[in-house]
Amino acid sequence: MSDESHQSIRTEAIESLLMERGLLKDGVVDSVIERFNERVGPMNGARVVARAWTDGEFKRALLNDGTAAIEPFKLEGGQVEKLVVVENTPAVHNVVVCTLCSCYPWALLGLPPKWYKSPEYRSRVVREPRKVLGDFGVTLDDDVTVKVWDSSAEIRYLVLPEQPAGSKGLDEEALAGLVTRDSMIGVARLT
Amino acid sequence: MDGIHDFGGKEGYGRVKPVGDEPPFDEAWEAKVYAMLGAARRAGALKNTDQFRHAIERIVPAAYLTHGYYGRWLGALETLLVEAGVLTTEEINRKVAEKSRASAAVLVAAQPRLDPELVPYDSAQAHSARSLDRAPRFRPGDRVRTLAHGVPGHTRLPQYARGKLGTIALYHEGWVYPDTNAHGKGEEPQALYTVSFDGRELWGPDAEPGLAVNIDLFEPYLRTA
Repeated sequence: MSDESHQSIRTEAIESLLMERGLLKDGVVDSVIERFNERVGPMNGARVVARAWTDGEFKRALLNDGTAAIEPFKLEGGQVEKLVVVENTPAVHNVVVCTLCSCYPWALLGLPPKWYKSPEYRSRVVREPRKVLGDFGVTLDDDVTVKVWDSSAEIRYLVLPEQPAGSKGLDEEALAGLVTRDSMIGVARLT
Repeated sequence: MDGIHDFGGKEGYGRVKPVGDEPPFDEAWEAKVYAMLGAARRAGALKNTDQFRHAIERIVPAAYLTHGYYGRWLGALETLLVEAGVLTTEEINRKVAEKSRASAAVLVAAQPRLDPELVPYDSAQAHSARSLDRAPRFRPGDRVRTLAHGVPGHTRLPQYARGKLGTIALYHEGWVYPDTNAHGKGEEPQALYTVSFDGRELWGPDAEPGLAVNIDLFEPYLRTA
């Protein structure tokens, strides 16, 4: 029997027992799936990035106190009690990881991709970030500083990617459509 | 705990395999595991996030590497449910046997302890920031050295940053201390700092150029350098 189907059966066994004890109700699973399919995902972070690109005052506030700056967006999804936004520039490239588990800014980016939670990423990006970025198709000059942020506590990090040159003059909604999840983790660039 | 979970800087895992867009859950059982955390909280088995993280750290190392992300959650969930006496391993195995014909004990990640620690239930810990009753020891710019040794239980000082010299970059005020909270020893709020380490301090002179690794560390992990 494959690992997957064994895990599925063991999960269903525990689920049955919890339901028999009245500890789990029907419908909870569907609401979890719906939350992460419909409402919580990288489109939230993309809106924040697009606002920062178009509004200098908002960008300053975001870099100074990310938690307060995103409060008006009323994002659900959890995990982001304190937000620090780190800005990519031509001189500095930021990338985020949680080496000890999988801490991730859910409210801004949804649930993390499998590779973010993998031994490969968690082991390597704090030690050889340029090589890891290379595997994502990103090459940085040697004189660029690479800052790796290991989210080992409850601070959550979001990378503010550089705005692509050809996008000046687009409105916020169009800009948000350009921002990828991977650029907000720091493994992709938009420029 | 010097567990397998502490991956930072370890070698041999190979290259990252990026994938395009993927759904939040590959299989229905993964979403069920996510949903069952709420049930485990209500049952008093899952007391706080630090305890849950430590239960994941305690699962069988081979399972940690091969069972996938929600497989680890499943193992931790079962560990905590059994330790709290909500379910027993035997009744889970019986239910598995009802649903399939294979051996129930195969490929189980859970590692419940026979004499589990008592962790008081905290329904309100959605937020971990706390006020401190004393001034922080460090401020941005200070040079600090991290502890050189591990601890038997849950901690958030990664092995790769032990005994290393760094600089305080940011101060984040007070937070619930995972090292005590995971084990029912109280919240014991501590000052939290982002500490910046030069890549060469961590990895030697052959470290990649221009590398700084920033790690969020609690005050008890740090000494004046």
